Amino acid sequence: MPYRVHCMVCAGTGCVSNRSLDVRDALEKELRKRGLEHEVQIVTTGCNGFCAVGPLMVVQPDGIFYQQLTTKDVPQLVEEHFVKGRPVQRLMYTPPEAPAPIPKMSDIPFFKHQRLIALRNRGLVDPEKIEDYIARDGYQALVKALTQMTPDEIIEEITRAGLRGRGGAGFPTGVKWRKVREARGEPKYIICNGDEGDPGAFMDRSIFESDPHSVIEGMLIGARAIGARYGVVYIRNEYPLALERIQIAIQQAREYGLLGENILDSGLDFDISVTRGAGAFVCGEETALIASVEGRLGDPRARPPYPAESGLWGKPTCINNVETWANVPPIILNGWEWYSQIGTERSKGTKVFSLVGKVRNTGLVEVPMGITLRQLIYDIGGGIPGDKKFKAVQTGGPSGGCIPAGMMDQPIEYVAPDGKHEARDYLDLPIDYESLTEVGSMMGSGGLVVMDEDTCMVDVARFFLAFTQDESCGACAPCREGTKLMLDILTRITQGHGTMDDLRALEEIGWVVKQTSLCGLGKTAPNPVLTTLKYFRDEYIAHIEAHKCPAHVCRELNTYRIDPVICVERGHGCGVCRRECPEKAIFGEKNQPHRIDTTKCKKCGVCVDVCHFNAVIVE
Amino acid sequence: MPKLKIEDLARMREEARRATMLREGAGRVKIIVHLGTCGIAAGGRNIMAAVLREIEERNLHDVLVTTSGCAGLCSREPMMTVEVLGQAPVKYVDLTEGKVKEIFAEHVMGGKIAERYALAVGSERAM
Amino acid sequence: MELATVEGIIRRHGAQKSALIAMLQDIQHEYTYLPEDVLRHLSRTLNVPLSRAYSLATFYRAFSLKPKGRHPISVCLGTACHVKGAVKILEKFERELGIKPGQTTPDLNFGLEQVRCLGCCGLAPVVTVGQDLYGKVTVPKVDQILKRYQKQEAAHAKT
Repeated sequence: MPYRVHCMVCAGTGCVSNRSLDVRDALEKELRKRGLEHEVQIVTTGCNGFCAVGPLMVVQPDGIFYQQLTTKDVPQLVEEHFVKGRPVQRLMYTPPEAPAPIPKMSDIPFFKHQRLIALRNRGLVDPEKIEDYIARDGYQALVKALTQMTPDEIIEEITRAGLRGRGGAGFPTGVKWRKVREARGEPKYIICNGDEGDPGAFMDRSIFESDPHSVIEGMLIGARAIGARYGVVYIRNEYPLALERIQIAIQQAREYGLLGENILDSGLDFDISVTRGAGAFVCGEETALIASVEGRLGDPRARPPYPAESGLWGKPTCINNVETWANVPPIILNGWEWYSQIGTERSKGTKVFSLVGKVRNTGLVEVPMGITLRQLIYDIGGGIPGDKKFKAVQTGGPSGGCIPAGMMDQPIEYVAPDGKHEARDYLDLPIDYESLTEVGSMMGSGGLVVMDEDTCMVDVARFFLAFTQDESCGACAPCREGTKLMLDILTRITQGHGTMDDLRALEEIGWVVKQTSLCGLGKTAPNPVLTTLKYFRDEYIAHIEAHKCPAHVCRELNTYRIDPVICVERGHGCGVCRRECPEKAIFGEKNQPHRIDTTKCKKCGVCVDVCHFNAVIVE
Repeated sequence: MPKLKIEDLARMREEARRATMLREGAGRVKIIVHLGTCGIAAGGRNIMAAVLREIEERNLHDVLVTTSGCAGLCSREPMMTVEVLGQAPVKYVDLTEGKVKEIFAEHVMGGKIAERYALAVGSERAM
Repeated sequence: MELATVEGIIRRHGAQKSALIAMLQDIQHEYTYLPEDVLRHLSRTLNVPLSRAYSLATFYRAFSLKPKGRHPISVCLGTACHVKGAVKILEKFERELGIKPGQTTPDLNFGLEQVRCLGCCGLAPVVTVGQDLYGKVTVPKVDQILKRYQKQEAAHAKT
């Protein structure tokens, strides 16, 4: 008998950590108990992106979206929805301030404003079943590329579509492909860069986990276009599930003859191997990544020669990021005209962003290029939780910068490396490659970390410098020494020992590191410092001159005290802070006001976090 | 597993599409079986089984089946609503498995409303 | 030191020098660290200098030259976790376990690491213990997490 209902249970890393697989098992058991196992099919899918409200399940064909499911909800869900046909309101999603739950996934603001191309199959296919991918037109673009297009036509299609590298720099993909096609040397290689190291970005993991075949098909089309014989998927060590899923997908593709020799009787030979990273951020840089694939230390080298001429094992190599590869099949299938209609003049198509930090609807979203930060953070992200004030958004990871709230109406796009652009009013910042570089940040891989009034921008700058300083491979002096010097200065400022001269030093060293470092890591490492200095200079000055951290994050500058009235009247002297204080610096009895012994207090701030009544005052 | 040819891929796509079309929520015909307490008591589950059997036997891939609660006309259960894409929904009442068979032949396949079993064409106005 | 395990790993990778990193990953997985005699054996068998194996072992974060705990705890200090207070979570683990990041408890039950980003930023702050991932972690929740594994260890010790 055919199934009448498909239950799409999210098995992305986020939902699995919230026990979505237990929910699936309970559902299976309950359906069997009610004799519905032949009417209702359970499908485990990859990440749906709305990680904030997992575990998620979408019931098709009605598109009912259930969230925060537990095994306890299952019997009622089966009884009401699958037996009686009454979707369960209690388990649906209600946006903040909305009067009632929204039953349909397509009506929920978080999903409604998205446009899925790279993530087109998320939540609709079982990532471990090649048949599911094929049902969604999978490998049809490959057929078209093999039977109806010459390699030059494929490259022309990608070039005219305006696809640009989604890993961060935004280099035109078609131009890169043409270079590798024209380069001399055999065999040629294709690499999928899945060393997603930017903290705050997880779209590559999600694509591997929810739709691995889209990457394989993109690489196959690339192989046909540039004449490559071998492919390598380089995947980050921290992503075990993504690794497992891409390995399964490659195995299935091989069994069906979609990888190997004479693919689909076309004469194309191409196979893919997987290399697991070993935990080094610098390996996201292409020359370091290639060194790592060859079994060496992940040291970057000077370019040129670019990998397009001399890459893996000294042969011409085309290296693109995961999201870029996933965009290739739909472009080939639907044509460049279709693709180039989406986005802005210089940044075509869509971009996947991980929307995280101080925002209500955290998760993964795919939107047309040119959307404004306001639309992303407020319409899709649901705004800032807890009535806090939006302060800034950090884009581009450790290579990017912080964009102040005042610029959030500007759309997002890519920026030409020459940076020649007329000055624009910040109030309409579109998200595209160009405009982000213009304001001193960059698209990066698409991490958008939202910050509110409780985030200290000096601390954020220090956080990123600590990251890049630690991950600097040490090969070149400007990066090795410069990041260390900058980190020392920033640490000094956050501890209240900075001087105004330090700010000038930061800017000077920052520019030197930017101009003279060997690879992208050093060339971009000062960005978080330089942008915060530009847009949030007053916060630096407050740390230096007033010895105050306005966001109360830099602990050395804080003092803590307990409001005796709140402590007793609201908290009845509950004593949680006393028990949790690691220094035993808090004293007090039940029903009595508690107090902090400032001579013992190490300013760790635990008391603030554990107090349910906001009785601990930070000044 | 045998190596695929282009024709095999096309065939696999058709087969797999049928199995997964449901997920996209679009079909030529949508059938709603009313399974409120009254519907179930009147034999709605058997009607559901009959509907699914018809779909299987006729090898249909463009018919979606869904359920809803009580339609408010408990005395005429079991009921189902047949909605051909672009046309007004039709409510059928006092169903039996035999009637389901006829409705499939005439309405779902033939596009002609089986008026003798139909309560009404169209649905209530909401708001 | 039994060497059958490492021999198996070398064979699985066709004794290819270019697969050195992959072999080290398998060794790390099997032994929870890279024991010195295993590294020596590997370098002799593959005919690569020990210094090369050592340089890889110290460059890449995935490798450790000291045994890791049975329950390796990784506290994510990525950007999203940082702005949501991950440092306090890390400090709580340090206090409870009496060790610093990079160290292992004397009974080898727990190891503590800080990691860059686990890619689960939607659930920040995030902690993993072995294969288990915990999202939206708070300071009081750390006690519950630790208790779970301490119970397992206690039960294990009894049998």
